[in-house]
Amino acid sequence: MNKQRLSLWWFIGTLVFALVSMLVPLPAVLEPFKPYWPALVLLYWSLESEDRVTLGLAFMVGLGADLLNGVVLGEQALRLCALVFIALRFRSRLRFFPMWQQALAVLALLLNDRILLLIVRVLAGGTLPPASWWISPFVGAALWPFLFLLLDDLRARLRIQ
Amino acid sequence: MARTRDESSPLFAGNAAGTLRLIIYLALAMVLMVLDQRNGWLWRLRYGASAVVEPVYRLAGLPAVGVRTMSVAFADRQRLTEQNQRLREDLLLANAKLNRMAAVAEQNQRLKELLDTQHSLELNVQLARVIGVDLGAYRYQLTLNVGGRDGVKPGQPVIDAHGVMGQVKEVLPTTAVVMLITDPAHAIPVVIERSGLRTVAYGSRDGDQLALPNIPLAADVRAGDKLLTSGLGGRFPPGFPVGEIVSVAPAATGMFQVAQARPAADLDRSEDVLLLHDQAEPDGPPAPVKPMGPPSDLAPVTGVAPAASSGTRPAATPATSGVPR
Repeated sequence: MNKQRLSLWWFIGTLVFALVSMLVPLPAVLEPFKPYWPALVLLYWSLESEDRVTLGLAFMVGLGADLLNGVVLGEQALRLCALVFIALRFRSRLRFFPMWQQALAVLALLLNDRILLLIVRVLAGGTLPPASWWISPFVGAALWPFLFLLLDDLRARLRIQ
Repeated sequence: MARTRDESSPLFAGNAAGTLRLIIYLALAMVLMVLDQRNGWLWRLRYGASAVVEPVYRLAGLPAVGVRTMSVAFADRQRLTEQNQRLREDLLLANAKLNRMAAVAEQNQRLKELLDTQHSLELNVQLARVIGVDLGAYRYQLTLNVGGRDGVKPGQPVIDAHGVMGQVKEVLPTTAVVMLITDPAHAIPVVIERSGLRTVAYGSRDGDQLALPNIPLAADVRAGDKLLTSGLGGRFPPGFPVGEIVSVAPAATGMFQVAQARPAADLDRSEDVLLLHDQAEPDGPPAPVKPMGPPSDLAPVTGVAPAASSGTRPAATPATSGVPR
């Protein structure tokens, strides 16, 4: 019982941490390199713990992120829903990919996410972002193996599932 | 998503129900986006949820504060001494300038009293600190640590020591979001200091420059010209530095000249900013001048009040510039 509660808090904690990291600013030079943390953490959990991650959860996390970001309500909800849907659809296969293939799949997912964001922003009357805006998915994919191993290791140490 | 664990082929776990759910959620998100875009719900919601949102901002701003504190704590003595020396020199210079200005300001005040105008050189400002939060809109926004409880209102101009930074866009109880002048959706009416030419400076897509896309071909504009706020539009008070022109070129259409300008304010380095409290004069034409002359019951029947239109001046240009487009 206690173990279960701990693992639930760990799950919620990582998601909250991802949302806060999204808000933490980087120096102006590193700014385009900032990965989209909520997507990465949600991806990890959708691969590792299928019962917890549902489309509804992705929607709620996205709404929370929108509330914090204050751009358009529903924008990140849409992006995260699409991302989690694809991840869950191919979950069984993604899980058994070697790490580099998994990272490539993550890259594809993140690029897809950026394209969705671009469509939303342009439809909302925004301007096209600068070219450096496209770096972020690559950084996210490069960080994926480390994030995955780190979270897996922490989970093993805490002996939670 | 409805999981079908006991299905014979777990490799293809998705099914029609999952797709249906996805479509429902996506539709819901789109409806939300459209409603938000139309009604601006998000900010009302955020105002309501500010008890949660604002502590998160403070939390997210902690690393930036930590880095700043560390850089002071570990800075070597020599650098601090140098900085101190420089600040002292700056202060000396500024004070000297102020002393010289004081006489001029007083003279100006007297002349203005003679002319019976109400512009004043005094500033009514409020100091605010920038919270280091990345709101994800390509860095065109700042978050300040003052809000509605401190009397901040949307539309207030924000300046730093070097020039205009932007205007307050949204206000939460204890934080406020500032739209920078480099935001592509922002326009600020400016006047070129040397020639007095009035034009409008827009934000640009790159996010660190201003664009002046419609300068007449015959106008005298050079690189190095300073831009000041013109005060038209009634949002920014006149006379604050906005930027400096770095390049001028004819537009692709050949109808105008296009200039690029560098903002005068330290948009990405400022930690402390000033919020201006005295808003410029309200928009629209000035109030009609009261007709002077004898009271109407004494006036001859055929007489027209002579001064009815003498005091009015042409109305300022429509106030669309200066507010977010």
